[in-house]
Amino acid sequence: MSRFNADNLIVAESIIRRYPVAKSALIPLLHLAQEQDGYVADDAMAHIAELVGVTPAEVVGTCTFYEMFKRHPVGTYVVNICTNISCLVLGGEELLHHAEKSLGVRAGGTTDDGLFTLEDVECIAACTEAPCLQVNYRYRYRLTTDDFDELIDGLRTGRITDVPHHGVLARIRQQIADDRLAGVVAPELATEAPVWLAASDAGGAGS
Amino acid sequence: MTDAPTKPDAIDVTLNGVTFEAEPGELLIDACERNGVYIPRFCYHPRMTPVGMCRMCLVEVDTGRGAALQPSCMLTCTPGMTVQTESELTKKAQDGVLEFLLINHPLDCPVCDKGGECPLQDQTMSYGPGESRFVEQKRHFEKPIPVNENVYLDRERCILCDRCTRFASEVAGDPLIHFQDRGSNTQVNTFPDEPFASYFSGNTVQICPVGALTAKPYRFKARPWDLEEVISTYPNPMGDRISVQSSRDKVLRIQGVDSDATNWGWLTDRDRFSFEAIHHPERLTVPLVHGDDLGNADAAGDNLVAASWAVALQQAGAVITAALDKGGPDAVGVLGGARLSNEAQYAWAKLAKSVIGTDNVDAQLDDGLPAAMVASYPRRTLNDALAPGSAVVLMSEDPKEQFGTLYLRLRHALQKRDITLVELNPTASGLGRLTTVGLHPRPGETGVVARALVDAVAGALPTADVGGVSAAAISAAATAVHGRPVTVVCGRASLAESASPTIDAAAALRELPGAAFLFALRRGNSHGAIDMGLAPGLLPGRVGLGATPEGWAAAPTVTGLDARGMLEAAVDGDLSVLVLVGSDPLADFPDADLASRALTTCDTVIAVDLFANLSVASADIVFPAAGFAETAGTHTNFEGRVSPLTRKVTAPGVARPDWVIASDLAFELGADLGFDSVESVFDEIVTVAPSHAGLSFADVAADNDGALVRGPTALDFGAPEPTAVVPLDGYSLRLVTDHRLYDNATLVQHCPSMANLADVAQLSLHPLDADRLGAGAGSLVTVISAAGSIELPVRPDPAVPRGSGVIPLNRSGADPRELIDHRAVVTDIRVASS
Amino acid sequence: MTPNTHHTANTPGWVDVDGPHIVTSRFGFDDSFTLARFEATGGYAGLRAALDRTPADVHTEVREASLLGRGGAGFPAGVKWGFCPPAVWPRYLVVNGDESEPGTYKDRLLMQRDPHQLIEGSLIACYALGLSQCFLYVRGEMALAQERIATALNEAYAAGYVGKNILGTDFSVDIILHWGAGAYIVGEETALIESLEGNRGMPRLKPPFFPAAIGLYGKPTIVNNVETLANLPWILLNGATEYKKFGSDTSPGTRLFAVSGHVARPGVYEIEHGVTTFRELIYGERFCQGIRDGHELKMFIPGGASAPWFFPEQLDLPLEAKPVGAAGSMLGSGAIVVMDDTTDAVRACLRVVRFFARESCGKCTPCREGTTWEETVLRRILDGKGRSADIDMLLDIGDNISPGPYPVAANEAEGQTAVPFPPRQTTICPLGPSSVAPITSAIRRFRSEFEAKIVLPETIPVAAAVHPATSELAAAAHGEGGHR
Repeated sequence: MSRFNADNLIVAESIIRRYPVAKSALIPLLHLAQEQDGYVADDAMAHIAELVGVTPAEVVGTCTFYEMFKRHPVGTYVVNICTNISCLVLGGEELLHHAEKSLGVRAGGTTDDGLFTLEDVECIAACTEAPCLQVNYRYRYRLTTDDFDELIDGLRTGRITDVPHHGVLARIRQQIADDRLAGVVAPELATEAPVWLAASDAGGAGS
Repeated sequence: MTDAPTKPDAIDVTLNGVTFEAEPGELLIDACERNGVYIPRFCYHPRMTPVGMCRMCLVEVDTGRGAALQPSCMLTCTPGMTVQTESELTKKAQDGVLEFLLINHPLDCPVCDKGGECPLQDQTMSYGPGESRFVEQKRHFEKPIPVNENVYLDRERCILCDRCTRFASEVAGDPLIHFQDRGSNTQVNTFPDEPFASYFSGNTVQICPVGALTAKPYRFKARPWDLEEVISTYPNPMGDRISVQSSRDKVLRIQGVDSDATNWGWLTDRDRFSFEAIHHPERLTVPLVHGDDLGNADAAGDNLVAASWAVALQQAGAVITAALDKGGPDAVGVLGGARLSNEAQYAWAKLAKSVIGTDNVDAQLDDGLPAAMVASYPRRTLNDALAPGSAVVLMSEDPKEQFGTLYLRLRHALQKRDITLVELNPTASGLGRLTTVGLHPRPGETGVVARALVDAVAGALPTADVGGVSAAAISAAATAVHGRPVTVVCGRASLAESASPTIDAAAALRELPGAAFLFALRRGNSHGAIDMGLAPGLLPGRVGLGATPEGWAAAPTVTGLDARGMLEAAVDGDLSVLVLVGSDPLADFPDADLASRALTTCDTVIAVDLFANLSVASADIVFPAAGFAETAGTHTNFEGRVSPLTRKVTAPGVARPDWVIASDLAFELGADLGFDSVESVFDEIVTVAPSHAGLSFADVAADNDGALVRGPTALDFGAPEPTAVVPLDGYSLRLVTDHRLYDNATLVQHCPSMANLADVAQLSLHPLDADRLGAGAGSLVTVISAAGSIELPVRPDPAVPRGSGVIPLNRSGADPRELIDHRAVVTDIRVASS
Repeated sequence: MTPNTHHTANTPGWVDVDGPHIVTSRFGFDDSFTLARFEATGGYAGLRAALDRTPADVHTEVREASLLGRGGAGFPAGVKWGFCPPAVWPRYLVVNGDESEPGTYKDRLLMQRDPHQLIEGSLIACYALGLSQCFLYVRGEMALAQERIATALNEAYAAGYVGKNILGTDFSVDIILHWGAGAYIVGEETALIESLEGNRGMPRLKPPFFPAAIGLYGKPTIVNNVETLANLPWILLNGATEYKKFGSDTSPGTRLFAVSGHVARPGVYEIEHGVTTFRELIYGERFCQGIRDGHELKMFIPGGASAPWFFPEQLDLPLEAKPVGAAGSMLGSGAIVVMDDTTDAVRACLRVVRFFARESCGKCTPCREGTTWEETVLRRILDGKGRSADIDMLLDIGDNISPGPYPVAANEAEGQTAVPFPPRQTTICPLGPSSVAPITSAIRRFRSEFEAKIVLPETIPVAAAVHPATSELAAAAHGEGGHR
C-alpha cells in the first residue's frame, strides 16, 4: 500500500515528460507502481492520478482493463502457462494440470508460502516452442513436466537468479539526454509542419 | 404550387422507401425519429457524444457501397443514403442484441424502480422472444452498492451503455464513476472509498436506461404507473424545465425536461432532490400571531400561536394602517419576493406600491445588483451567448456551486464549440482547465481590471499589473475575447465586498463591441421580481417611476429604499413595519449585525414563508404560504424567459398562494387588487407591463422553451463614479465569501437526503499564505475584521490567489457575515492562531 | 561488447532457410541486437539513403514497393500513409508491437533480435510523412523485447540516429518506448491509440475515427506493424524494383510465417510472399517437414486464431491474401497452426472461443455477451452437459454477432462451396465476429464430434448441470484450468 518512493517519483516524472499528454504515461506508471510493490496498490493509483491529472476512478478504470496489473499481492513469481491453441495441441493444458497439482493451487491461486502464483494465460507469442510459459514474463520453452518441476525447484532454492521479483518488467529503461531530445510538444501547440518537411518539397507526400 | 428546385446541398435520405431531407450533420437516428421512425437505442443520448456500443440501433444502411448494418447513432446522414429499419437483417440484428442484453439482466422487474418505464422492458415486450434460450447462470454482483449518499448502483441490472459514466466525465466533469474490469466482467464503479461526489449525480439516475441506478429519495416510493406528472419549471435563475411527479398528493420525484434553450434535461442534485422539503412536517401550516402560553392570541404574549387567517390578516392590516397613519407609506417596507411566481410578485408589487403606496420594496437582500442596471443592460439568450465563435466573461459566483445547469452548458460549449471564457472573479471557478484565461483580481478591484481588459481589447495593452492581475494575463484575456461577441455572466462573486466594484466592472465591459449580459442573480425568480416591479424605483415591465400603471389607484413617484436602506431605516426608527416575503435577512443579509438590529428595532415584522426560519421565528405575524408545486404561475429566468410553474399537490394546512395573501391583505386595507385567478393576474401583467405585451398564459405553457419577454427598456442606469479601494496592507488578507451548493439554507436542511452534505465553514487560503501564518491544514485560527471575529479551521488551497481568504457563507461552525460591515467596500481580515 | 549482461540465450524459433533475407538478415548473429553488429552489417544505411532524398520521394518509393501491412489486414502501407489529411499537424507514428494473435510469433523476434532495424524503419516513416513523434508500443508481456529496444534506443540516441538533428540534418524525431499491459484487443489500431492515451483499450468506430485522420490525441496518426516497418530499411537501400523481384506481383517481398502445432519442424520462416503454398510450407523439407510422425493433417488455421480453419483440400493455395480470402479464410498475421488427427475439434474450438471471450473489451453488446455465452455452451458440451439444440444455437449466436453467411472453406465431400472472407459484423471491431470462426469451421466440418459429446436427453434441466462445483470437477478432469 504505497505511493511512489522518492526514487520512483523521479522516474515517474521523467516518464510523464516524454508524452505530449500526461495521461499517456498512465500504463507505464502503473507498471512502475507494480515494480515497486509487486502489485498495484490503491494508494499508488491515487498518486498516479495526482501526477497525471486525472481522477483515481479513471486510473482504476484503465488499470483493471489490463490483465498484467494485479490489484492485490501475488506471489514473488507469477507463472503463466499458455494453454492457447498452439500450446493446447502440444500439451499446454496437461502442463497446467501438472502445475496445479505440483504447486497445490488452482490457476489463479497463490501458494501458501507466497512464492508462486499460477495463471492459465492466453497466447504469449512463442507458439513454435510449445508448450511454453513465462515466469514474471521470462520465457521457458518446450517444457516437460520434469522441466517444470526443475524450474520451480530452481526458483524456490534460489538457484535460478535471472528472474526478478514480480512487477519488474524491463530492467533497462529508456534514457534520453536532454540535449538529444527532439522535444515534446502538446498536440494543440504543434500546429506547423516539421522543419525537414517544410524545407523540402512542401507539396509532396507530407503536405 | 411550384416545383421547388432541389437544393444543391440537399441531403436526401430514403427511409423504408420514403425519401426525406436530412439536416446538415444530422445523425441518422435523430433524422429517422424526426420522420416518424423510432430506432430502439440504449447508449445513445442526444446530449452526449455517441459511442455506438450497445448496438441496439443497428440498421441496414446503403451508402452506395452495398447494404451493411451500421449503428444509426454514429452515422451522419449523407446524400443518397438508403435506410431499412424494418428489414429482416435489421430485425435479426436488433433481436440478437436484445437477447444478448437480457441474458445477464436479472428478471426482477416486479421489484425494480424502473419497471414500467424501462426501455429494456419495453423493447422486450415489443420485440423480444417469448422465452429465453439462455439456460446458464447469470452474472452476479453484490446487490445495490451506494456510489454516493443518494445514488445506488445495481451492477447486475447494468447493461454497460456508458451513459452514466459518459455523463460523469463529459457533461459534469466529475469522472468519479468509471468502467472497471473487462469483457463480460465489465462493471461500473467508483475508486475504493472515493464516492461519486458530483453535484449532478442524480442525472445519471434519470438517464439510466434500466434500473441499475436508483436515487435514495425515490427508491421503492412508487411505481411509475401510479405517478402523475406535470411539466413545470424549477424556480432557479436558469429556469430549468422539469417534470414534477406525484402520487396521492405527494411529490415523489422531479426529473429534468430537455429544453433546448435552458437545461437540456439536466438538474443539480439540490434541485432534483429538493422536493423532499415540500412535505416536511416543519412546514408552516397555519397563520401565527403573538399569543399567551395557552395558545390564545394576545398581542402582548411572547409566543407565536396559531391563528385563523381572519385574525392574522386583521392584525396585519391594523399594524400597517397604524404605521401609515403615523409615518406615512415610507414607514412600511416589503423585503423579499424572489421565491415567488411572477404573478405573486406582481400582486405584492401592486399591494405595496399602489395600495400601501410605498416604494420601499426589494426582492434582493444586498446580495444582487441594482435593479435598474439589470433591467436596462443589453441581454442575450444563453444559446446565443454560447454560439460558436462567442466569448464569455464570467463575473459571478462559481456557476458550479450556484448555477448548476449554466455550468453544464458552459462546459459543453467550451468543449464542443469554439467559444472562449475569461474568468473575472476572486477565485478560480469549477470550470478549471476549460477556462481560457483566469483573471482573479484582488477583492474590490474587479472594476479596474475590467477597465484594463476593455482598454487592452481596444489595443492599449497594460504595461504593469492591475488589481493584482498580471499584465500578461490581461493581454491574454483580451486576445481571447477579441473579435468575438462577448456575453458577461454578471453577478455578485463575493458578498464580502460591496456591489460597487461589480457595477464598475459591468459598466466597463458594456463598452466591449457586441457586449451583452446574463445577470446571474442567485435568488430564484429575481428577474421576475425586477420585471414585476419588486424593486425600488421600478414599476411592472421595467418601467421607471412617474406614470401610474393602468388600473392602479396610485404609484410612488420617488424612489424608495433598497434592502440595506430599509434595514438602516428600521434601525433608525424610520421604518416601523417590515414585511418579509420569503426572505430571511437574519441568515442571508451580508451584514449580520445590521439585519439583527433592524429586526429587533422594527415595531412589527410580518413574514410570509414556508418554514419558520430565523427571521420568521422573530416575526410578529406569520402567514403560511403555498410553495413550489403547490401553486401555479410563471417564472422568469435570467434570459427573461417566462415559463410555467405548475401546481401539482395541495399546500399543507391552510397555507395560501402568495398572490392570494397579497389580495387578502389589500382587502384588509380596503382595496381590491382585482384578481380571482392566476390567469387573471397574468392577464393584467400583459396589459400593464410593456415587456410582457402580447404574451398569453397559454402560449407560455405551450412551448417547451417558454417565451422571452421583450428586451431592455429605455430605463437609464447611470453608472456611478468608479469606486476607490484602499490598498491591502501587508499583514491582512482580503475576505471573499461565497455560497456553495450544499449549505445551511432552509430548503437544503429540510431535505433528509441533503441535510448532511454541507461541510463546516473553513478559511481557504493560498498554501504560501498559510505557511506564512504558520497555519497548517485543519488548524484552528481566529479571523478578525473591523466588524467582528470568528474562529474556524484553515484549508490551504492553491486555487485561492495570494492575499485572499475565502470563507463560504451559511455553513456550520462560523459565520463570515460577522466580519462584514455593509458600509465598507471590502473586508480586510487578520488571521491569528487560536 | 553489449550492455545486455543478464539476458538469456538468444531467442529460439527462427529457422534459417535458403532465400531472401529481407528482415532476418542479422538473425544468425548472437549479438544481432547490438548497435555494433547493426552498423557492421549495413545498419542505418537505409536511413541515410532516405535522408538523401526528399520525404515525398521516400513515400513514393514505399508506395511503389507495394509493401503490404503485416499486422493482419494486409493493406498497402504506402497507400495508408497517403490518408493523412494535408496540412494538419502534428502527425504521429504508432508502432504496433502488441503481437498477441494466437499462433503469431514474429514481431517479438524482430524486436528482440534486430531492434535497430525496427528503429531505422520507424525513422524512415517519420521522415517521409513529417511525423513529429513516434511511439513504439511493445506488448507488456515481452520483457526481453522491451529491454532490447530500450538498449537499442539508448544507443541510437547517443549515436545521433534518433532525437534531435538526426545524422546532422534538420530531421528530428523522438521515439518513445511504450509498454502495454496485457490486452489482445489493443492490437486493433484504434484500441492501440486509446491505450496509448492512457485509456481502456476499447476500439473506436471507423468512421469517424480513422487513425490517419483522427488518431492519437485526435491528430493524424499512422499505425504500422513492426514487420511492416522492418522492411523499410531494405526497400530504401535497394529500391522498390529490387523488392518487387521477390514474391508475387500483388504481394511482393518476403513475409515471416510462424508455423506451430503438429509439424515436424515448427518455426518462424522468412519466405517469399505470395508464391509459396501451404503444402510446401507445411510439408516441404526446407520448411516444416510435414506432420509429426505417424499422423495425418486434420485441419490448420492459416492466419491466426481469428481465421476460419482450412483442411487438407486447401493445402495447395498460395500464401497470398486474395486466394486465401476467396477460399473462406485469411492470411492474417502470418500464423499457421497445424492440427493432426489427434486433435479434438470441440476442445480446440472451445479453446479459441475462450480466448475471444476473455479478450473481448466489453464495449459492444454482441461481443461482450455473445462470446461468453458461446464459451459457456461449448464448455457445457465438452463437459457432457450439452443439449442437441445447442449446436444450432451456437451457430445462431454466431449469426447474431456476425450476421449472414460466415466465411468458411469449401467442403467438397458435403457439396459446400466456400464463403469468402471477411465476415459481416454487428460490432465495432472484428474481435467478436472472429469468435465465430472456430465455431462455424468446427461445426460445419466436424458436426458429428459435437453430436457425439451430446448424450444427455433434452429434458435434463441444464441450469442445474452447470453448478460451479460440477463444472470445475469436469474441467479438472479435462486438465482444464478453467476461466476464472
